[in-house]
Amino acid sequence: MWLIDIPPFVPFFITALLALITRGRIRNLILLATPVLGGVHLWLDVSPGIVTAVSIMDYELILMRTDRLSLLFGYIFHIAAFIAAIFALHVRDTTQTVSSLLYTGSALGAVFAGDLITLFIFWELLAISSVFLIWAGRTERAIHSGMRYLVIQVSSGMLLLAGALVHYYQTGSLAFDYIGLEGISGWLIFLAFGIKCAFPLLHTWLTDAYPEATPTGTVFLSVFTTKVAVYALARGFPGTELLVYIGAVMTCFPIFYAVIENDLRRVLAYSLINQLGFMVCGIGVGTALALNGTVAHAFSHILYKALLFMSMGAVLYRAGTIKASDLGGLYKSMPKTASLCIIGACSISAFPLFSGFVSKSMVMAAMIEEGYDYVWLALLFASAGVFHHAGIKIPYFAFFAHDSGIRTREAPLNMLIAMSIAAVLCILIGLQPQYLYVLLPWEVEYWPYDTTHVLSQLQLLFFSALAFVWLNKQGIYPPEMHAVNIDAEWLYRKFMPDTARSVYGFLKQTGHRIEDTFDSTLKDAAKSMISTRFGRFNLAASWPTGSMVFWIAIILGVFLLADVITLNLPVSSRQ
Amino acid sequence: MNEPESEIVEKQRLFDNPRNVSLVIGSLYSVCILLFLLDFILHRHATNEWEGFAGFYSLFGFTACVTLVLIAKQLRRILKRKEDYYDVAD
Repeated sequence: MWLIDIPPFVPFFITALLALITRGRIRNLILLATPVLGGVHLWLDVSPGIVTAVSIMDYELILMRTDRLSLLFGYIFHIAAFIAAIFALHVRDTTQTVSSLLYTGSALGAVFAGDLITLFIFWELLAISSVFLIWAGRTERAIHSGMRYLVIQVSSGMLLLAGALVHYYQTGSLAFDYIGLEGISGWLIFLAFGIKCAFPLLHTWLTDAYPEATPTGTVFLSVFTTKVAVYALARGFPGTELLVYIGAVMTCFPIFYAVIENDLRRVLAYSLINQLGFMVCGIGVGTALALNGTVAHAFSHILYKALLFMSMGAVLYRAGTIKASDLGGLYKSMPKTASLCIIGACSISAFPLFSGFVSKSMVMAAMIEEGYDYVWLALLFASAGVFHHAGIKIPYFAFFAHDSGIRTREAPLNMLIAMSIAAVLCILIGLQPQYLYVLLPWEVEYWPYDTTHVLSQLQLLFFSALAFVWLNKQGIYPPEMHAVNIDAEWLYRKFMPDTARSVYGFLKQTGHRIEDTFDSTLKDAAKSMISTRFGRFNLAASWPTGSMVFWIAIILGVFLLADVITLNLPVSSRQ
Repeated sequence: MNEPESEIVEKQRLFDNPRNVSLVIGSLYSVCILLFLLDFILHRHATNEWEGFAGFYSLFGFTACVTLVLIAKQLRRILKRKEDYYDVAD
């Protein structure tokens, strides 16, 4: 097809340009053809070990470096881009189309980047291209949310750049390989990755912005940014023990928010962080099994998360709201979307025969193998929790629960096709995991289907379901209601603006008070001054600032003159 | 004359019938009982000490979810704000 050493982001950037000048069927055709051709090309022609570099001003940018790790992320990004493109095929909004293409290209650029400067460039492009998918929501809330998202994302890039430069200063190399937490550079880069990976307290951009994007935009967003960060962590910080604990917190805290959150896309955003937690734990453990588990989980996660965001996008598109309190009974009008959503729910909950099961169990097994018993217990808690909020809550409140009376139509055909492809892949990976395992970067013997795994997982899940039913029947389950829950973002969305406002108010008031006290005295003094004989002179007619500038100009002039004169003197006498 | 009538009287769907709902819940109960009992029949290969207890996963799954919901419910007292909480600027 085309040359093997053309970096995979290039076709997407070219298509983004073409999307600007084409319309209708031709545009749809190139939108679908790009991920297909790019993906097939990557699969058939590109093998590990290819390096493509370009020189810019004495510096060599490694635009493409392939190995089994980057290639696997390359494959799944192409698959996801194809599915998301079908899902968004009805969209007649050039901004969204172009930015989603640039965004996909940037993600591919980042995972194939061979040096930290190239990584930085695509890191920032990811931020800038994706924010338009949020702004395309075109509500005031989306615009503000997008602005906060952009500020946080760009600062992540700044940290990465700073870290890269310190790293270069210390090691003399900008190659993007193992970095580790040694020295300030390691920490700066770690923090940069951590922001994009939604580490606890750095996660607010995700739960803030993803639910505000367009129904189709959120699907793209859910795929790329965070998974690029997982890839970057897996390459730069494998075996960093701190990540085990960060990951464990990431799996646990979002599920509490997910239970009481009313916006179902925000529930999915919280559960996205929970799933990232499993991957981060795997990177922290750092054994071959754990890292394979992380990569496999990223692969299957992209598909089922996209499927869930697509089903909720379809509900939002048809019903006009995504608030759990206003939805319910939609299985009557959208039975196909409901079934597809349930497949996504089974996959994220890691039911045997679905994709989540075959990938998450690798991370769990590696955890026990390395003796992280208590963290494993936390992850088990989170596994039960994810079934509770993503597996049951999402389909239950949207499609079943009490009948909200909303009667609408089934999702458009393109949406159904996109969701079906994702659903088929979720089941295929669950049934035939060997096809995924063979692609994994490290050589490990692992098979998820034995009596122990299947039985224990089924017990965990069915008894979680039992708990849901019991809580509902007892009336203990918290009702869905119109409300927001404050999170770490409260710090910069409420506390800091409020403090600034009150400090400003205090200063303003104090200023007024000072003015009130001294104003009349000063004015009287000025009046009496003018009434004396000095009032006749020119300087008294001007504002004090005017005369000050006048005198400073004169003083500076004198200095200049003095300097010019002394220039002609012998050097010895100037000292 | 038939048309407007069909708009008013909606077709009865799967879960409009309470019998179907109790059927689903009933089967959930039976599956749970079955899975719990299987723990005593099948051998689970335990890799750490907790896992080895019969019924560990069943009890853990149930208590984990109940705890999760009860804590989340209490958290609502601290975290819940009006929907326009962040929109209000003076």
